[in-house]
Amino acid sequence: MIDDSRPIYVQIAERIENDIIEGGLLEESQVPSTNQFASFYQINPATAGKGVNLLVDQGILYKKRGVGMFVATGAREKLIKKRRELFFEQYVVSMIHEAEKLGITREELTKMIQKGDKIDE
Amino acid sequence: MNKVIEVNHLTKSYGHHTVVHDVNFSLEAGKIYGLLGRNGAGKTTVMKMITAQLFPTSGEIKVFGENLYENRSVLNQVCFIKESQKYPDIFRIADVLDLCSSFFPNWDREYADSLIEDFRLPVKRRIKKLSRGMLSSVGIVVGLASRAPLTIFDEPYLGLDAVARSIFYDRLLEDYGTHPRTIILSTHLIDEVSKMLEHVLVIDDGRLMINEEAEAIRRRAFSVAGPSKKVDAFTVGRETLSREAIGGMAQAIVMGDLNSKTRSQAKELGLEINPVSMQQLIIHLTNHNSQRKAAINQ
Repeated sequence: MIDDSRPIYVQIAERIENDIIEGGLLEESQVPSTNQFASFYQINPATAGKGVNLLVDQGILYKKRGVGMFVATGAREKLIKKRRELFFEQYVVSMIHEAEKLGITREELTKMIQKGDKIDE
Repeated sequence: MNKVIEVNHLTKSYGHHTVVHDVNFSLEAGKIYGLLGRNGAGKTTVMKMITAQLFPTSGEIKVFGENLYENRSVLNQVCFIKESQKYPDIFRIADVLDLCSSFFPNWDREYADSLIEDFRLPVKRRIKKLSRGMLSSVGIVVGLASRAPLTIFDEPYLGLDAVARSIFYDRLLEDYGTHPRTIILSTHLIDEVSKMLEHVLVIDDGRLMINEEAEAIRRRAFSVAGPSKKVDAFTVGRETLSREAIGGMAQAIVMGDLNSKTRSQAKELGLEINPVSMQQLIIHLTNHNSQRKAAINQ
């Protein structure tokens, strides 16, 4: 659920992004309303609206007057590109730092990643 | 923005004892406000004054731009749900609802009935035979179904279990979404309500200590934890609210925004950084200590 780690509206935006990336929300489909988000996460509707607007500003969502919010065409590709750029900084850098702290060599690290592949299969 | 309440230099004294000191604030239409603070801080006194149940010693209060006292057209726009609302002994729940329908212009009987079902209230039972939790639920039904442009809940949940409180939060947000109005929630269950609040007022010792957007309060402080020496190295020159140590480890709550520069400084020292919840922050700020007060007034 929503936690205190980052602003709530940012977390709402990220949840919508994840839903689009994972295919739960398809392009050109309607996004739940601000009030629905507010009820579901028990947050203030203005905060939910701020999260939705963040994605409108980025061209991920767009508004159909009198109907509601929809996922823009090309939104998924755009989001994946953005997340890939963040991946290195968010995951790889911190992993290497932790590995260095624990004295894990690059070879061991590579082996672990290969081992991780099997978990997914 | 439309001002629903404007309070200027509000003061309340009983003899030499001043319980509300020169409080100033204004509330805008259509927002959910939190009025927070410790027991005895003066929250209820402020709410009683803005609902004309108590005269201020000095200062000015305008509600919907008008004076309150003996002003029925304003008072009908206000619904105040108190912690222990008294009703005439012979009243049944049904009588309370009937009275509300004649008092509140926006009263929605159908909605009240659906809430009665949600809270499983026995409408024909006399008020004095209700359990503490049921009595609180009656207050919540009245507060929601009145749809008053200014609705105030003062610790509305004495005796309510977590399930009933959760129903209250759900219904409140749903109905607020479709019928926006100004809501003031006064509570010490800060963790439960903090995410629903748009703006927060904190009263401490009769004074207004914080009057800020909820999101801004969340960015006011963070905690760092790690080896004592490194925590101390980090907190030098920073406003520190608290510091606790156990063995060689320490944890400190530090005022300030957690920007990327601060974050990387802490990371270099190998310190763990965590957010501070609104409840934790308010506990630390209102835990009397002059040093802490200095930190707030920065």
